[in-house]
Amino acid sequence: MENTQTMKKPESEWHLTNDRPVFIQIMEKLKRDIVTGSYRPGDKLPSVRELAAEAAVNPNTMQRAFSELEREGLVYTKRTNGRFITEDLSMISQLKEQMALDAISQFLNSMQQLGFSGKETLALLKESLEEETA
Amino acid sequence: MSTLVTCKELTKSYGKNTALNRVSFEIESGHIIGLLGPNGSGKTTLIKLLNGLLTPTSGELYVKKLPVGIESKKIISYLPDQTYLNMNSTVQEVLDYFGAFYADFDKNRALEMLNSLQISPKDRLKSMSKGTKEKVQLILVMSRRAELYVLDEPIAGVDPAARDYILQTILTNYDPEASILLSTHLISDIETILDQVIFLKDGEICLQASVDDIRMQHQKSIDALFREVFKC
Repeated sequence: MENTQTMKKPESEWHLTNDRPVFIQIMEKLKRDIVTGSYRPGDKLPSVRELAAEAAVNPNTMQRAFSELEREGLVYTKRTNGRFITEDLSMISQLKEQMALDAISQFLNSMQQLGFSGKETLALLKESLEEETA
Repeated sequence: MSTLVTCKELTKSYGKNTALNRVSFEIESGHIIGLLGPNGSGKTTLIKLLNGLLTPTSGELYVKKLPVGIESKKIISYLPDQTYLNMNSTVQEVLDYFGAFYADFDKNRALEMLNSLQISPKDRLKSMSKGTKEKVQLILVMSRRAELYVLDEPIAGVDPAARDYILQTILTNYDPEASILLSTHLISDIETILDQVIFLKDGEICLQASVDDIRMQHQKSIDALFREVFKC
């Protein structure tokens, strides 16, 4: 086994599509990186320009995503030192939970669209999980 | 943030044809603005007016509160839709030419970009492919420390990989206080680097907005919206 405890996970890739506001997609991506530990509490974020270049987006768009994350409290600014990930662990676990709930409701929605009842979905889900762990 | 360009009721007619009809807008510093519109909608006319290559039929046009002229040309770096460089020159010669012409030309920056795109300063322009010539010209233009870059179809003839590099170059090299106005048909390739768009239709502005606001409001990409607005 790899030593995952001390190794920093690589950040996820940028997959930006053009049909949704880009700053929202950037926020989602950074949130994913925060809950999965690619960015750890207290980590310093790269500068707006660096990240904008990496994601190939307009720096103003990146700035907007950062400001929104700041407003939500996930990121904070130390005057001239740059931006940092929050050290509030309960906030991060709350975010993780919220993202899990969003994923579940998305999944339930698509199952419903396919015509599965809640009971059937649960049964199928159980089956799949058992197969996976077997 | 300051206003770089102010345009009031700007009109340009060629004989009976009106290419631009009472166009008014402003460009602030620190933005990348896409000038989008179908063929013949007036994009190049507008760009040429901004660069003093055409004179308006009526209306007002100011660059930093001054009329278009020598002072505005000092701060605008312009990539025309057609080349004006001497094809018999080498890259080195055009670098020297630009260095002599523009006080804000940063030769090291140009050499660095040429190097990343594996273009030798010794190469002669006429020996290059169309796409490589375009790269050289864009490098020259982006190597000026200008306040406004006006790029007329900057990436049309360039392959997708080099396009990515060029967009990266634009993003990493421009001063946060500078603005870029660029016209293009290749909307989907560049829409993530834009923060505003101006849609031109038959010589009039039919939309000027922030790209993320458009995506939010219409739930579609700028490319998709363009196809809808300009459906033939």
